[in-house]
Amino acid sequence: MANKISDETIEYVGILAKLELSDEEKEAAKADMEKMLDYIDTLNELDTSGVEPMSHVFPVHNVFREDVVTNSDGREDTLANAPQRKEDSFEVPRTIG
Amino acid sequence: MMEILELTALELSEKIKAGRITVREAAEAALRRAKDVEPAINSYVTIDEESVYRQAEAVQKRIDSGELTGPLAGVPVAIKDNMCIKGELTTCSSRMLSNFKPTYTAQAVENMKKAGVVIIGKTNMDEFAMGSTTETSYYGPTKNPHNTAHVPGGSSGGSCAAVAAGECFGALGSDTGGSIRQPSSFCGVVGLKPTYGTVSRYGLIAYGSSLDQIGPITKDVSDCAAFLEAVSSYDLKDSTSVQRDDCDFMAALVNDVKGLKIGIPKDYMGEGLDPEVRTAVYEAAKVLEEKGAAVETFDLGLVKYAIPAYYTIAAAEASSNLERFDGVKYGFRADGYEGLHNMYKKTRSEGFGAEVKRRIMLGSFVLSSGYYDAYYLKALRTKALIKQEFDRAFETYDIILGPAAPTTAPKLGDSLSDPLKMYLGDIYTISVNLAGLPGISIPVGKDSNGLPIGMQLIGNAFEEKKLLRAAYTYECATGKRHEKMAVIKDIIPGEKRIGQNAEGASASGKEVR
Repeated sequence: MANKISDETIEYVGILAKLELSDEEKEAAKADMEKMLDYIDTLNELDTSGVEPMSHVFPVHNVFREDVVTNSDGREDTLANAPQRKEDSFEVPRTIG
Repeated sequence: MMEILELTALELSEKIKAGRITVREAAEAALRRAKDVEPAINSYVTIDEESVYRQAEAVQKRIDSGELTGPLAGVPVAIKDNMCIKGELTTCSSRMLSNFKPTYTAQAVENMKKAGVVIIGKTNMDEFAMGSTTETSYYGPTKNPHNTAHVPGGSSGGSCAAVAAGECFGALGSDTGGSIRQPSSFCGVVGLKPTYGTVSRYGLIAYGSSLDQIGPITKDVSDCAAFLEAVSSYDLKDSTSVQRDDCDFMAALVNDVKGLKIGIPKDYMGEGLDPEVRTAVYEAAKVLEEKGAAVETFDLGLVKYAIPAYYTIAAAEASSNLERFDGVKYGFRADGYEGLHNMYKKTRSEGFGAEVKRRIMLGSFVLSSGYYDAYYLKALRTKALIKQEFDRAFETYDIILGPAAPTTAPKLGDSLSDPLKMYLGDIYTISVNLAGLPGISIPVGKDSNGLPIGMQLIGNAFEEKKLLRAAYTYECATGKRHEKMAVIKDIIPGEKRIGQNAEGASASGKEVR
């Protein structure tokens, strides 16, 4: 059964998760993930053929309402949380040349 | 002062409405208690004393004018720090949100305010509610008030410890895989996770959205019913909110279980269960039997598959929910980055703790192409089968009874070294979240070390009232109304960081890392 997580896989997961790991952290993450996946593999003992995946236990429907504004202008409060702002915008590093 | 602290929330509110205690006196009692015990317990991340007195004054006015007559009017409460309160620091016990002040208030908190409570502060938790011990908090661990060498459980450990230590008269927690019931069990208080959809999740910072549910943590069952009644509501702002017309939960406080059928799953009482916990739970079941319930053991099935299914689903949802923390609009942003993507990566790597990163990575993996079917969909199929097992059990039984956790509270530092071992401690609580069911933990005794033991009662969807009725009957029969505040032996003298600011909090967080 034993799962083996390659360097490439942990690198790829780091890209998906947007996490930068040190070499030490990468090794620890590999070991953790191998152990967890071995454990999760016990689910393979169960025959789930023909069983629909259940994402919600109760039927979930879209909730519609009229598009009426109920909140007031919270621009200043919202921007007050910005790590960096420029006038009325959130400021981020340059993304295009 | 101590006399006030020993009252339940309902008793306190009665006295306030009768004019025998003022709202300010009640709040002062809780604040003073917090000042005394916080150096030893660390239940709170933030206490804003000025805000407490402002609220107390406003609530007193509403009571005096006759506007506020409800059962919780004037009661000082605590809120887990993953529920937004407008303008108040809301950290999720993470560096990532160590400076975050929401622009709106969670619906659950709004409902409690409407009921006339006074919010003392925001309580400590495992970072982003990921953990079972409150040790993964950026602000240092909370200690168990019954023995400070032990953890309070988690992730709502701060809320449970605050109630047990008398630093508030009740609290809100959240429960994704047992995060209300397990720490309630460890701290000797009453904790209830409602049926999924009963309490609005609007303003609750999401961990596993299909599993998360807010619920009450209180001194006794009557308070639990009152809190649940106050906090429940149908909310258009939460698309999974369920419209219920049976939220008069205090009506369920009936001292009678005649005719109730209670089933004890064999797999909940077998291998891995501490013998002292087993004995206490069987004794508690016997009490209900003597009061007229029919109690028998049965095979629930699939119990061992709940944990692997849960950690797959919860990690997947967490990896998706936590994508929003990128250092752009709020919260922490790392220094010294080069370009946008590097800013994201540095911010997330420095802002999240080890357990959160572990779950984000696992979640990203099980959702990645090539593994999605084998892991994520397999877990969702298993969830469907687990739900079927519960459906079958509830054809026969009104209530499923068992322990809330396999052991009493472990020692600080014993759990984090082996995450898988920590996850196994969630075995009795986790399937309840997968199936969306209500569950309550009530104190049923202590082990030989003086640490509390909790019994869990699980109900079918929307049947909280049966749980409250059985729990109330047990409480009446045993005279175990709440244990008067945990006696904290090792209170360290000295001022605590009351009214601290974000910098002070981060500094204390760094020390423990």
